[in-house]
Amino acid sequence: MSAVIEARRLSKRAGRATLLDGVGLTVGAGEMVAIIGPNGAGKSTLLRLLSGDLRPSEGEVRLKQRDIKSYAPRELAARRAMLSQHINVTFPFTVEEIVLMGAGERNARDAGALVDAALDEVGLAHFRERQLPTLSGGEQQRTHFARVLVQLACGEAEHGPGLLLLDEPTSSLDLRHQIDLVEAARRRAANGTAVIAILHDLNLAIRFADRLIVLNGGKLAADGPRADIVTREIIRDIFEIDAVVHQADDGVPFVLPQSMRAAPPATRL
Amino acid sequence: MSAAAGTEARSPRRAGAGRRFTSIAIPFLLAVVVVTAIVALTVGAAGIPLSRLPAALGFTGNTTADAMTARDQLVLWSIRIPRIAATAMVGGLLAAAGAIMQGLFRNPLADPALVGVSSGGALAAASAIVFTDSQLGETLRFLQAELLPLAAFAGSLATTALLYGISSRAGRTSIAIFLLAGVAITAITNAGIGLLVFIADDRQLRDITFWLLGSMSGATWTKAAVLAPILIVGLGACAYIARGLDLLVLGEADAFHGGVDVERLKRISIVMVSAMTGVAVSISGVIGFVGIVVPHLLRLVIGPAHRLLLPASVLSGAILMVGADTLARTIVAPAEMPIGILTAAVGAPVFLGILLRQRGLGSL
Repeated sequence: MSAVIEARRLSKRAGRATLLDGVGLTVGAGEMVAIIGPNGAGKSTLLRLLSGDLRPSEGEVRLKQRDIKSYAPRELAARRAMLSQHINVTFPFTVEEIVLMGAGERNARDAGALVDAALDEVGLAHFRERQLPTLSGGEQQRTHFARVLVQLACGEAEHGPGLLLLDEPTSSLDLRHQIDLVEAARRRAANGTAVIAILHDLNLAIRFADRLIVLNGGKLAADGPRADIVTREIIRDIFEIDAVVHQADDGVPFVLPQSMRAAPPATRL
Repeated sequence: MSAAAGTEARSPRRAGAGRRFTSIAIPFLLAVVVVTAIVALTVGAAGIPLSRLPAALGFTGNTTADAMTARDQLVLWSIRIPRIAATAMVGGLLAAAGAIMQGLFRNPLADPALVGVSSGGALAAASAIVFTDSQLGETLRFLQAELLPLAAFAGSLATTALLYGISSRAGRTSIAIFLLAGVAITAITNAGIGLLVFIADDRQLRDITFWLLGSMSGATWTKAAVLAPILIVGLGACAYIARGLDLLVLGEADAFHGGVDVERLKRISIVMVSAMTGVAVSISGVIGFVGIVVPHLLRLVIGPAHRLLLPASVLSGAILMVGADTLARTIVAPAEMPIGILTAAVGAPVFLGILLRQRGLGSL
């Protein structure tokens, strides 16, 4: 398995604050990784460094064996797609026009089928002519996810498996669309894409990813298979809550905060 | 797939679906430009009926030119045609500059007049009027007509350079600081203009006022020739930055994620806006609201995609300005009303309308 993205001793400082301190990680093709951690742990900073949007104070990021700084924005966009958290579109673009933006300039004409497929995948085909600012927050988030999927597909058609970065992609979604989105990301990983997502819902993160990366205070606190990470001790250390960890029928662990222990044990995903 | 589906039928139409006029917008606007120009050719202090127009333009082989035709030809070729050409180009430049700046700020209310680019030009021009009249500049007085546009152009460029210097640090441009610095610079230049108005004598005051209100009455072939290359370069730049401006609506970070070289896009946009505004202001004086009204109305009809919005803005700006100028030189003929009064009378209510709409959407 070849490394799609590799970060070495990444640090990011802003003024005197250290946002990220010596974080290293490698994610290979077809791997699905969830980044978890409390607020202010440096998760979004890490993702922006991996996307090439932010430059590290120290360390380096290598995308497909090349320094990420050496890519022009357009080359970068053909190899990694990123969904940000808050996107506020002020002009009356339609859903379809927004999704088509993912296709890039050269292949905008042939992108029709990709746009259709992405809109179907996020369940917004019937909203294609609606103006984005008139949609709900969750529908807007799904529109942008569809745009990012089109960008990823266009890039992968030319350059092979790429990198998909998702910054809290489910923050505005109802439970059903959270699962839909996570499954759409899983399908990309099954086709070789390296997927890295920040998730706040621990159970969704466990269910979604084979591997978890835990950030705390700008440092890498843990990195490994979900069974190793999801322990009562780590959750107490990182999130400062007491929780019980059970296993679902298929062996996947799930987390139940202690104060909710009264809930029936059927609360599995 | 979605449970929420079903209320709206799926349309088979492709890109640009939901917009009805995208494919015919440019031909339609071109036709309106031609019709507006013909109307503008025929009316004025010296009326030229449509029946005499072909002869006056020299389209008929009639060599036995009578006195009437000779007069018509003189009016058309040395006064009216250069004026209409210059007016159309000024309108196109102002509207396109507005549309680019709005894309850059991701805000339909942004306008070159808003960030002091226009008032920077106005201050320089007012200075030229007052100081070429003083003892110091007495020898330059005969050059005043030529000096005025040059000064306005230099003032606009200097304002933009100053703005860029303030708002850009280490290769990154902060749009918020750019906008706020523009507000401050507008205040400073307005104070300077106020001071000039205070020290100006009556005749200078009339010059300054007329110029600040905007007018196309000084348009000549020379001025039209200054406008043309800027318009051509501007249209080329528009095609180049259209997709980048579309993606910029997602925000700077997400435009970058989508493959846009955001810093370069911003640099090109800022230089284009200042060049287009500076040259337009230098010919016509300060004419507000064209850059806000035209792109706003177009977005309602053809949508916000810049590949179509920018050229359509050029054509619609030309139509609006030629129409307004024709009105300006006919309603109080043989005198002329400053065109800036007309555009402001139409534009300010539209501006307020956008404001109320934005307030309703909660995006201001």
